[in-house]
Amino acid sequence: MQAVAMEHVSKHFSGMTQPALNALSGTICSGIITGIAGPDGAGKTTMLRIMAGLLVPDTGTMTVLGHNPVTDSALLRHRIGYMPQKFGLYEDLSVLENLTLHADLRDVRGMARDKRFAELLSFTALAPFTSRLAGKLSGGMKQKLGLACALLGTPELLLLDEPGVGVDPISRRELWKMVQDLAGQGIAVVWSTSYLDEAEACHSVLLLSQGSLLFAGPPHDLTQRLAGRSQHVRGVTGRLRQSLTVMLRQPEVCDGTIQGRNLRIILKDATIRPDLAVLDSAGSPSWATVTPRFEDAFIDLLGGGPGGESALAQAMPMRTAQNKPLIVAENLTKMFGTFAATDNVSFAVRQGEIFGLLGPNGAGKSTTFKMMCGLLQPSSGKAEVLGIDLRRSPAQARQHLGYMAQKFSLYGKLTVRQNLHFFSGAYGLFGSRQRQAVDNMIHAFHLDPVLGSRTDDLSLGYKQRIALACATMHEPDILFLDEPTSGVDPITRREFWNHINAMVEKGVTIMVTTHFMDEAEYCDRIGLVYQGRLIALAPPDDLKSQTATQEIPDPTMEDAFIELIYQQAHI
Amino acid sequence: MTMLSWRRLRALCIKETYQILRDPSSGIMAFILPMLLLVIFGYGINLDATSMRLGLCNESTGQPAAAFAAHLTGTPYFEIQAGTRPQLDALLADGTIRGYVLLASDFSRLVQNGPDPAPIQIVTDGTEPNIATFLAAFIHNTWAIWNESQARAQGLALAPGTDIQARYWYNPAAISRHYLIPGSITIIMTVIGAMLTSLVVAREWERGTMEALLSSPVTRAELLLSKLLPYFVLGMISMGIVAASAVFFMNVPFHGSIPALLLVTSLFLLSMLGLGLLISSAMRNQFDSAQTTLNIAFLPAVMLSGAFFVIDSMPAPIRAITYLLPPRYLVSSLQTIFLAGDIWTILLPNTLFLAGTSILFLLLTVRATRRRLDG
Amino acid sequence: MIWLYRISALIRKELQILLADRQSRQLVIIPVILQIIIFPLAVTLDVKNTTLAILNEDSGQVSHELSARFAAASAFTTIIHLTGAAQIQQVMDNQDAIAVVWFAQDFSAKAEHGLPGSMQIILDGRRSNSSQIAATYVQDIVNTYFMQAQQTQGQAPQTQLVIHNRYNPNLDYQWFILPSLIALILTVSALILTALSVAREREQGTLEQLLVSPLTPEMIMIGKAVAVLVVGMFQASVIIAAAVFVYKVPLAGSLALIYASAVLYFLALVGIGFLISAVCATQQQAFLGAFAFMMPAILLSGIASPIENMPQWMQTMTWINPVRHFMFIVKSIFLKDASIGFVITHSLPLVLTGAITLSLAVYRYRKRFG
Repeated sequence: MQAVAMEHVSKHFSGMTQPALNALSGTICSGIITGIAGPDGAGKTTMLRIMAGLLVPDTGTMTVLGHNPVTDSALLRHRIGYMPQKFGLYEDLSVLENLTLHADLRDVRGMARDKRFAELLSFTALAPFTSRLAGKLSGGMKQKLGLACALLGTPELLLLDEPGVGVDPISRRELWKMVQDLAGQGIAVVWSTSYLDEAEACHSVLLLSQGSLLFAGPPHDLTQRLAGRSQHVRGVTGRLRQSLTVMLRQPEVCDGTIQGRNLRIILKDATIRPDLAVLDSAGSPSWATVTPRFEDAFIDLLGGGPGGESALAQAMPMRTAQNKPLIVAENLTKMFGTFAATDNVSFAVRQGEIFGLLGPNGAGKSTTFKMMCGLLQPSSGKAEVLGIDLRRSPAQARQHLGYMAQKFSLYGKLTVRQNLHFFSGAYGLFGSRQRQAVDNMIHAFHLDPVLGSRTDDLSLGYKQRIALACATMHEPDILFLDEPTSGVDPITRREFWNHINAMVEKGVTIMVTTHFMDEAEYCDRIGLVYQGRLIALAPPDDLKSQTATQEIPDPTMEDAFIELIYQQAHI
Repeated sequence: MTMLSWRRLRALCIKETYQILRDPSSGIMAFILPMLLLVIFGYGINLDATSMRLGLCNESTGQPAAAFAAHLTGTPYFEIQAGTRPQLDALLADGTIRGYVLLASDFSRLVQNGPDPAPIQIVTDGTEPNIATFLAAFIHNTWAIWNESQARAQGLALAPGTDIQARYWYNPAAISRHYLIPGSITIIMTVIGAMLTSLVVAREWERGTMEALLSSPVTRAELLLSKLLPYFVLGMISMGIVAASAVFFMNVPFHGSIPALLLVTSLFLLSMLGLGLLISSAMRNQFDSAQTTLNIAFLPAVMLSGAFFVIDSMPAPIRAITYLLPPRYLVSSLQTIFLAGDIWTILLPNTLFLAGTSILFLLLTVRATRRRLDG
Repeated sequence: MIWLYRISALIRKELQILLADRQSRQLVIIPVILQIIIFPLAVTLDVKNTTLAILNEDSGQVSHELSARFAAASAFTTIIHLTGAAQIQQVMDNQDAIAVVWFAQDFSAKAEHGLPGSMQIILDGRRSNSSQIAATYVQDIVNTYFMQAQQTQGQAPQTQLVIHNRYNPNLDYQWFILPSLIALILTVSALILTALSVAREREQGTLEQLLVSPLTPEMIMIGKAVAVLVVGMFQASVIIAAAVFVYKVPLAGSLALIYASAVLYFLALVGIGFLISAVCATQQQAFLGAFAFMMPAILLSGIASPIENMPQWMQTMTWINPVRHFMFIVKSIFLKDASIGFVITHSLPLVLTGAITLSLAVYRYRKRFG
């Protein structure tokens, strides 16, 4: 059954050069999950808001559950559940108070309410936390609560705006299962995302780019077009990152990533493969055709990946080699009251290494991260960077590090250029060196078209790029990246990793957290954090082989992650 | 479709109440601030000078000068500081004395021999015009009494004078502490009504919770009422605290009736709430809302309400502006209710104006409140 | 010297944020202009344009002559003539008049016989200050009348009062309020801007970004302070210019001294602003905190009523109130041409407040973020 029908829907915001939605047509059906996918700024949120009756389209008609969302908004609100990007929770109310508020707003009462609460609380596993303030929940829990609130009135149409952002794989899997159940009950679910693995799992997808519809239909229809073009390069020895860079330089290659021990390469033409001799690998690399993914098709549709070069790293000097580990945590512990957010964590990171910190939401990654950067005082133990405790060090030591926070933390009221000028100035650059550094960043991150815009008005992809630019402008030796690619589309993510990989080649040391398991593959070593403790510390391949079983002989990083957490949870 | 569901409204009000109770700053505003204001207005703001620092320079040697100086020193209004002209000039310059009386060297001679009257020169500190006015008036009175006694002592016919009796109605002791009531209630209600609500609504926009609310079945009326009611109750409680403590602890008389008090204060509070909501829906961020309410709501409440400064003495354009401002009507009503009683010839027009401004602000707010994110 | 570049980057950033868009820029200038227009005109304790009611039961010459003189006075633009004592209640209740002057039947007769006639002034105690002033006007008129009468009869008075109002000959309220306005505006903008800007950076996460950079908490504070100082000094200059050129208040003292003391005052305010923001988690708390400090400080600064009328304990307490000191200093410089020695002496409490609050703030921020 058709839940939403759009015909030539357009929306233009004043002050923007491009329309947010450009004559968009499409349908959304009940009983299935419809993905709205696309890069940042594609118009996903605008589309959801129009469906929710929060925005009025300039032209075109939108029919939601047989009604016009503008004129019949009062009627529709009872039948639509909507979870905005920031979840829309009151942080100073408890879980139960948030639920009660939404229940009352949607006229869920009496026995029905008790039953619904019980269902939703067990469904979201929030039952033990009903009295906790929403502001004190982890990202994954907030999201489940947001979903529970949106589900209270048993809506016929459920609109979820990027529910997967900033959520760990386990929570995402759980969330997905929940939403699938709902679709099974006949609800029309709309799931907007810039993660293509999520989109691939949807029954149907509307793929947007810059306000226009690129594709509509089951994801499989799109991936089919790629048949034969998705390839693995197997048997590569030595550093995979370098090999990938080499492959991406080949004119025959459209896109590439690291996948376990293999390189995943998308060819421009299924029949033309580059010569593997360019890899100069000691082993004997070979081609193997694999099943195309939706992400491959998406990148192909948008004209291929960003290549493998990093103008950012090219401009950077080579760091002198150092033998001592640059980042050291020894028995690091942070107590909040009686709760150990970080519990006796030790690790050391060598120069030129990418060290990934992984773990579910609320496991203590950010706490550990903040102690390493000197933003939090450890309760006990040692956190040293370049042999210095940043809490006690002179500020000059911080000159050597760059930091990109989880939440966008540049000045939203300032323009891109003003932000770049400020952060370069804050790091002591001035005169021609400052101009040079700013120009390099504009060039490396393609910031020319947005230089005069306020960063608040930009899409997330731009924001994250500018944040990375601001963190690297002073050529730091050590880079702390806290979920740098959260919510960012795959092309921008590839660009990010190009930069990261290339910087590491220049001897920069990187500590990163991420929820993307494919990104974890890029790390040299991974520290897995769970309930404040470091439960594993090894290269990604070792973690995967540790968890190999008879059923899953070649687990993906995500499988390994879930298995390791599962083992811990059941000890 | 109902315009108003009590269940939803109640839920929103409960939510708002929890938020008020959990943020210490709203508690401080509602309960601590009234107390602070009472102390300030009760003790700090006082225009009734009891004793003024006055310099005295007597350059004359004769008996009349000495007698006048003694008379001046003897009055309880002044703290006399004797000195030479340069000394007193210096004291006046650094603000130690508010003025001085100068009896020049020919004072006694002129008193005794004439022909011209002997000048008693008064130099006041004009940088404080109010004090200067009072000082001159006090000296004038003292001088008049002295004249009389002089005349009597010399057996001269009494100068034909008048027996002026000044009577203060409603406030027999003429205590300016009655600013206490209109001043503090106006400030409290402006702070809670306009400033707190504008911050609270702006915060909902900033944090994205407004978007979640807007997508729910909440109607515009419920949305508005859920912001109005809790802060209305909060404001009325604070008003009650101020009024009760003023009457019971500060001995401010209360001649009017409680219904009249509740009527005018609630109408005023409604218009302030409307103003606060209006500002925040226009600004949508806390930083700008805060500054705007400070300038649009708070400063006029202090400056143009008549609680502190005399509206009649303002130039006509400014006087015209005060007619548009709710504080004016509240202050006038409160002065009457507390000190004179329910005089409806005053209260009725005030009430009507207050009702008018609150309806106006609320209507504008309803118009400005969107059920959508864009225009 | 590299720290200079860092700080200048900070200052520039703060100013760019303060002036980022039209709405923010308007908030810097419009309130100042409004206050310059409204305050000097509105803030007066003088009595003008009021109504006086007269109940004259006397048909004689003297009361008639006095009534005419009341009507001619600038304080009373309207005169209501009552016909009976019964009307007094109504006139007073309705606030139709600020005062009622009541001449007894034998007033003129007595006066002509050299006896004090009986005259009552009934004043509205709800507006005790203005009615008190109105009463002094009435008394002045009456006294002047009899003095002149005496003179015409050849009885020269032995003494006379000669009043000279120094620094402000006509006791013009605008001369009082405009210098005070400098203090008022600096207080509001400095406190609100400093307290809110730290809270805003914390709420938006940018504070963390600054703290992992080589910038020290001190530099961040200096950056904010200087930016707010620039805005504050601009606002102060606008008021000074308006006072001198529009309102024609003579600037007796040195402009340099005003600015110098304003900087000292400003440091005290910034210190307080930083302290407030150090204990507040959100912008709402910071704003209300700044307000809760500002309101008593302004009300007890001497602008609303003279400090010396306060009870002694409260007078002592106001020594810690920087607004009081600066208001006094700026008025003294503006109108009295206060000497540098005077300014230094009275700036000491400001310097002390600034030193204490700033070091406390630095200590708090270092402890939290250092």
